[in-house]
Amino acid sequence: MSGYAKPLKIALGLAVIAGLIVIPMNFNRYGLFILSQWAVMTIAAMGLNLTLGYAGQVSLAQGAFVGIGAYAAAIMTTHGWPLPAAIAVAIALSFAVGWVLGYPALRVQHHYLAFVTLAFSTLAFLVFRNESWLTGGIYGISGIPRPHFFGIATNKPLPFYYICLGSLAIVSLAVWWLIRSPWGRAFMALRENPLRAQSLGIDTRRYTLMAFAIGSALGGVAGALYAPLTQYIDPVPFNLSLSLDLLMMVIVGGAGFYFGPFLGAMIAVLLPEWLRFTEGYYLMLYAIAVMGLLIWSPTGILGILDRHMAARRTKAASALRAVAKSRLETAQ
Amino acid sequence: MSAVLEVTNIKKSFGGITAVDDVSFDVREGEILGLIGPNGCGKSTLFNCILGQLTPSGGEVRLDGKVVTGLRPSELNKLGVSRTFQLLQVFPKLSVRENLILAGQEHQGNMASRLVGRSDAGLTDAANQMIGFFKLDHLAAEPAGGLSYGQQKLLDAAMAFMGGPRLVLLDEPAGGVNPTMLSDLKERLVAINREKNATFVVIEHNMEFVMSLCSRVMVMAEGKVLAMGRPDEVRKNPAVIEAYLGH
Repeated sequence: MSGYAKPLKIALGLAVIAGLIVIPMNFNRYGLFILSQWAVMTIAAMGLNLTLGYAGQVSLAQGAFVGIGAYAAAIMTTHGWPLPAAIAVAIALSFAVGWVLGYPALRVQHHYLAFVTLAFSTLAFLVFRNESWLTGGIYGISGIPRPHFFGIATNKPLPFYYICLGSLAIVSLAVWWLIRSPWGRAFMALRENPLRAQSLGIDTRRYTLMAFAIGSALGGVAGALYAPLTQYIDPVPFNLSLSLDLLMMVIVGGAGFYFGPFLGAMIAVLLPEWLRFTEGYYLMLYAIAVMGLLIWSPTGILGILDRHMAARRTKAASALRAVAKSRLETAQ
Repeated sequence: MSAVLEVTNIKKSFGGITAVDDVSFDVREGEILGLIGPNGCGKSTLFNCILGQLTPSGGEVRLDGKVVTGLRPSELNKLGVSRTFQLLQVFPKLSVRENLILAGQEHQGNMASRLVGRSDAGLTDAANQMIGFFKLDHLAAEPAGGLSYGQQKLLDAAMAFMGGPRLVLLDEPAGGVNPTMLSDLKERLVAINREKNATFVVIEHNMEFVMSLCSRVMVMAEGKVLAMGRPDEVRKNPAVIEAYLGH
């Protein structure tokens, strides 16, 4: 059984990747926009999943970091800078601000930390809205150009979708590397048992700050892609509700599961489209579905899968033990 | 024998209660020091003060002659001081091997090398050796949460040795462990003590365990040191009999 599991997983992964590349070729402008938005939001949610899901630090500020990245990219690219440079600045800026926002987490935890990050989210929104010399205030920034990539213009939806998908691929690989590195293990230890983690030499302060900084930097990456995707930004999309949406994506998908953000972002971005026929009832249905899910499985959709697999493993292990025991008894 | 750990006049009060009251002692290189006393006499608080989990209200802790009072637990661990807790503290979702790798990884390289280097921080062999040493071979790949209480206790102790510590503070390692496994644990501790020249301080209520394992025993009562000496001396000490051992 386990001999087939790995090739099967790889085949499935390759099929999904091929699907994401090939199938959207037939999509219309709007379909491509939605799919690009999914890729961008998945990046932001992966960042939050790192901070919250793996390292256990509650943050209601991920939307603000998407905003910081988006404004950095919008301001720079409208002033003639290339997008990769803007992305680099967005990463550096959100990493630095995220690091600083991590400091309260060294003193407060859980809902207290949620409040601190919520305050930061509001502060960031006020800066986007009020500092009009920089951000254009409520009128926002329009005419955000899309980049040329190896000489190919990405003004059309399909090429820009590929930029979003490519960025998602790079971020996914980086996050995968991170969580299976000793850092990932340290983040998990920080979430599960900070006291024990410290006694094993894990510098919980540094890892907490890193969890915030890296998670926020991914929010910045998402923002730096969001600006050229919509080509117009104003403060409203980056208010607290984006942070709550991102939190929802992480929790619905399954916090602390690698694929959680992919699934959560898919539900949050695509479900409104599928439920369009219900007109005004969409939000109500979504709310009921989320409540139902969290009662059934507090660890999100992937939590259900995980429990199922764990039950199967336990069964297999106890069967093995029974066999080993009977052999022992026979030998005696 | 030189002192690995010197504790001088450590005090810790919580509000009006003095949990640790002017405690001084030293731990000699290579010894196993037992720490006994009734519940609430300040043993665990003393551990927490030594290990930086609590900031002492007064006094000084020296490791190899250097003052380490006020260092964070992670910094102390890097200097070679390791511990176990009274209650089980393994990571239930990680496998036994992963628990051990986690316990050793911060002693390998630096932050950058732990990010870009190998996922196991090069510790799989060391973890497997430790697993063999504590006779947990058949459980190496199992999630630690699925182990029996006694097995988790063994794992908990094994984790404390992964960083190659000079000094290990064990808080009730025998609590809730069945007699067979207890003799296993004792045998392992003695072996590590001899082979790796690791120094131990052991808090324990199981007198037989303490008396047979430790070279010296310190008795605490009401936050103070009541007696210190060889197990047979302490056992005969009238004050100790009065306060703790009973007649």
